[in-house]
Amino acid sequence: MATKVVMEALSPTMEEGRLVEWKKQEGEAVAVGDVLAEVETDKAVMELVARAGGTLLKHIVEAGSTVPVSEPVAVIGEPGEDGAEDGKRGGGAAGTSERAEQQATQPAPGHNQPASMPPAPPARAATESRPLTPRSTGGRAKASPLARRIAAERGLDLSMVAGSGPEGRVVARDLEHAAEPVSTRPSFAPAPPARPLRTSADQAYTDVPLTQIRKTIAKRLAQSLGPIPTFYLTTEVDMERVWEAREAMLRSLPQQGGDEAPGQESKVSFNDIIIKAVAMALRKHPSCNAWWQDDHIRYWNEVHVSMAVAVEEGLITPVIRNTDQKGLREIAAETQDLASRARERRLRPEEYTGGTFSVSNLGMLDIDEFTAVINPPEAGILAVGRIAQKPVVHEEAIALRRRLRLTMSCDHRVIDGATGAQFLKTLKQMLENPLALVW
Amino acid sequence: MPTLTYRDALNQALREEMQRDDTVFLMGEEVGVYQGAYKVSRGLLDEFGPMRVVDTPITELGFAGVGVGAAMVGLRPVIEFMTWNFALLAVDQLVNSAAKMRYMSNGQVGVPAVFRGPGGAALQLAAQHSQAFESWYAHIPGLKVVTPATPADAKGLLKSAIRDDNPVVFIEGEMLYNTKGEVPDGEHVVPLGRADIKREGADVTLVCHSKTVSVALKAAEQLASNGVNPEVVDLRTIRPLDVDAILNSVAKTHRCVVVEEGWPFAGIGAQVVDHIQREAFDELDAPVLRVTGADVPMPYNKQLERAAKADPEKIVAAVNQVLYRE
Repeated sequence: MATKVVMEALSPTMEEGRLVEWKKQEGEAVAVGDVLAEVETDKAVMELVARAGGTLLKHIVEAGSTVPVSEPVAVIGEPGEDGAEDGKRGGGAAGTSERAEQQATQPAPGHNQPASMPPAPPARAATESRPLTPRSTGGRAKASPLARRIAAERGLDLSMVAGSGPEGRVVARDLEHAAEPVSTRPSFAPAPPARPLRTSADQAYTDVPLTQIRKTIAKRLAQSLGPIPTFYLTTEVDMERVWEAREAMLRSLPQQGGDEAPGQESKVSFNDIIIKAVAMALRKHPSCNAWWQDDHIRYWNEVHVSMAVAVEEGLITPVIRNTDQKGLREIAAETQDLASRARERRLRPEEYTGGTFSVSNLGMLDIDEFTAVINPPEAGILAVGRIAQKPVVHEEAIALRRRLRLTMSCDHRVIDGATGAQFLKTLKQMLENPLALVW
Repeated sequence: MPTLTYRDALNQALREEMQRDDTVFLMGEEVGVYQGAYKVSRGLLDEFGPMRVVDTPITELGFAGVGVGAAMVGLRPVIEFMTWNFALLAVDQLVNSAAKMRYMSNGQVGVPAVFRGPGGAALQLAAQHSQAFESWYAHIPGLKVVTPATPADAKGLLKSAIRDDNPVVFIEGEMLYNTKGEVPDGEHVVPLGRADIKREGADVTLVCHSKTVSVALKAAEQLASNGVNPEVVDLRTIRPLDVDAILNSVAKTHRCVVVEEGWPFAGIGAQVVDHIQREAFDELDAPVLRVTGADVPMPYNKQLERAAKADPEKIVAAVNQVLYRE
C-alpha cells in the first residue's frame, strides 16, 4: 500500500514550507526515519523524515517549490506500485459509514496511516522514562490525548507548554494560547537592513519575494508593536568593574582550564555576563519574568532568557534554559553554540521557544542605545548598547569610565513603571558590583 | 400532538400492538382485574378478555417460564414484573432459557418475548426495592435491554420490543410513570439500538438513560446558565448500544460524563467508557468521569437516600472537573 509523504509542520508557526532539496531520489529505498528532503520553514532549514518504509516512488513536487502544510510532496510504496494512483487515504474503502470514516482519521497503531503522521505511540502506556511522542524532549510531558493530537498536527512541542490541568497536564485550551503567542518565537528588535537592492540599467527597482522568515517577522512585528502598550526605561551602567573582572578571569583561564584544551573553551563575552545578570535580577523581580496570556498573567518560576541573534535574512531568538542556574562559562558555551547554529538555520523549534525574557544586543554594531520590540508573550526585553569610554563624574572628579546604556521595553499590561525601574536598578547594581551576582 | 403520561403511552403501545397482532398477550401479577399495579394495563382486560390479559399468582419464576414457553411456540408474550426487584426470582428463565434458546437450538427456536416493569429506586422503598439492574441483563448475550426515558420513547420502544424476534428486557421507572410528554398517535415506532440527542451541545457530552435523562437535562440547564453548553445523549437502548452516537458526540465535545442510576462497579458507564477510550482516544481532553448511584445498598433514610442517588449537583461537579473549571 503506497503512502503519501506530506509537508509537515516543522515549526510552531509554519503554514507552508519550501522544499529546498530532495535527499532521496525516485526509485531509492527508504527506511522509516530516513531524511527525505530539506525544508525551509519560517524559521530554519529542517529535515523532512520518512514515516513509512519502502521505495520512494515519486516526487510530487520539485525542489524549490513552496508547499502548504499537509499537502503531499512524495509517495512511498512497494517497487512497481503506481504512486500517482494513491490519491485516496489509506485504509477504508469508499462509501464507508460516517463512523468508519471518523475512525480512519484516527488510525490505531499498526494501521495504515498517512506517512506524515508521527509514529503512533506505543500500544502500552509509556513509562516515565519513555517519551510518548518523538517531539517531546526532556521527559514525558503530561497532556490529554486531544492536546497531543493538536500538538502533533501543529508541530508544537508539548514540553514547552505550561499545562493548566491537574499536575500540569497540558489540555486543549493551553494550546489555544500556545497556538498564537506562547510557543511562537516572534521576531522583535529593529528589523535588519533590507537586502541590498541590485539595480540594473533597465530596471528602476527590484522585487524580492518574501522568504518564510521575512513573512513571519512581518506578521509578528505588527502583532507586537500594535496591541502591546509598551513603555521604555533607560539607565546607564558603569562597566569598569565588569571589565576588570572579565579581563582578570580571561587572563587566568588557561591556568585553570583543567582537562579542556586551551582555545577550546568558550570565551565569556560581555553579553554573556549581561544575560546572566538579567537572569539573576529576574530571580529577584519575578514580576518582570512573566507572560501576558490575554485572560491571565503567567509568572514564571523558571528563568529562560531569549537572546536575539541576527541571521542572514532576519533574526531569531534562541533560549538559554534555566539561565539563572548556569555559570558564565556554561552560558558562554551555549550562546556560541546557539548563535552559530542559528546562523546555519539548524535550530530545533524547542530551542527558540519558551523564553521568559529577552536580551537584544547591538553594541557590537556601535549602537549607543536603542529600543527593542517585545517578544510576546514575554513582557519585557532589554536592549543593550555598546560599552564606550565616556567622561563622567566619578568620585567627585571628571574621569574616563566605560559606560553601557540599557533600555528595557515593558508591556504595561504586566509590568508597571516602578516595577520595571526596580528590576533595572537591581540589574545596574549587579553589573556595577559583579559580586552581587553571587551575593 | 397529544400529551400523555408515560404510563398511558405504554398502555397505548400495548393496546395498539394487541390490536395489530393477536399473538400478543399480557401476563403478570395484577395486570387484569386490578389493571396493573401502576395502571399500565388499564382497560386491556375489558378490551381483550382473560385469554390475552392473564392474571398470575405471585410466582415470578413460574410465569416467566410460561412466557418463554409461549414465545417458543409462536406467541408474543409481554410479561409484566411488578418491579424488576421481584424479577430476581425469574432470572434463571431470562438468562438460561430466554437468552439461550436461539443459540442452543441452532436458530430453530426464538423467544420473541418482552419482560417489562419498573426498575431502579422510587422514594424510600429501601435496599431491596430500589435497584437498577440493567447492567445485569445487558451482560447477557442474547438479551436486548431497553430503558425509555420519555413517554414518546416509551411508546415507540415498547412497540419495537414487542415486534422484535428476540427476548427484550424492558425497564421502566416508577418515578417516570406520571411524567408527561408529547406522544405521536398511532404507528410511532422507535428502533432499538438507536440513541437520541435530548439536548444539543458543544462543550461536554452527558451520556445517560432512563431516569437519569431528566437529571442530566436539569444539570445541563444549570451549566448553561454558567456558560457551559452540554450535549445530552439518551442511550434509550442499552443493548445493542449505539456506540456511533456516543463517539460522534465525544468527537464534537472532547469531554464526557456518563450518568446512571445503578452502582458503579461493572455498570453501564464502564462499558460506555471502554468504547470511548478505545475508539475516541485522541478526541479526549480529559478522563471520562462517571456519576452513578453510591456503591452501597440503597438507604431507607430520606437524606441518605438522596445522597446516594445521582443528582444534578454531582453531574455539575463532574462536568466542571472534565472542563478543568474550579
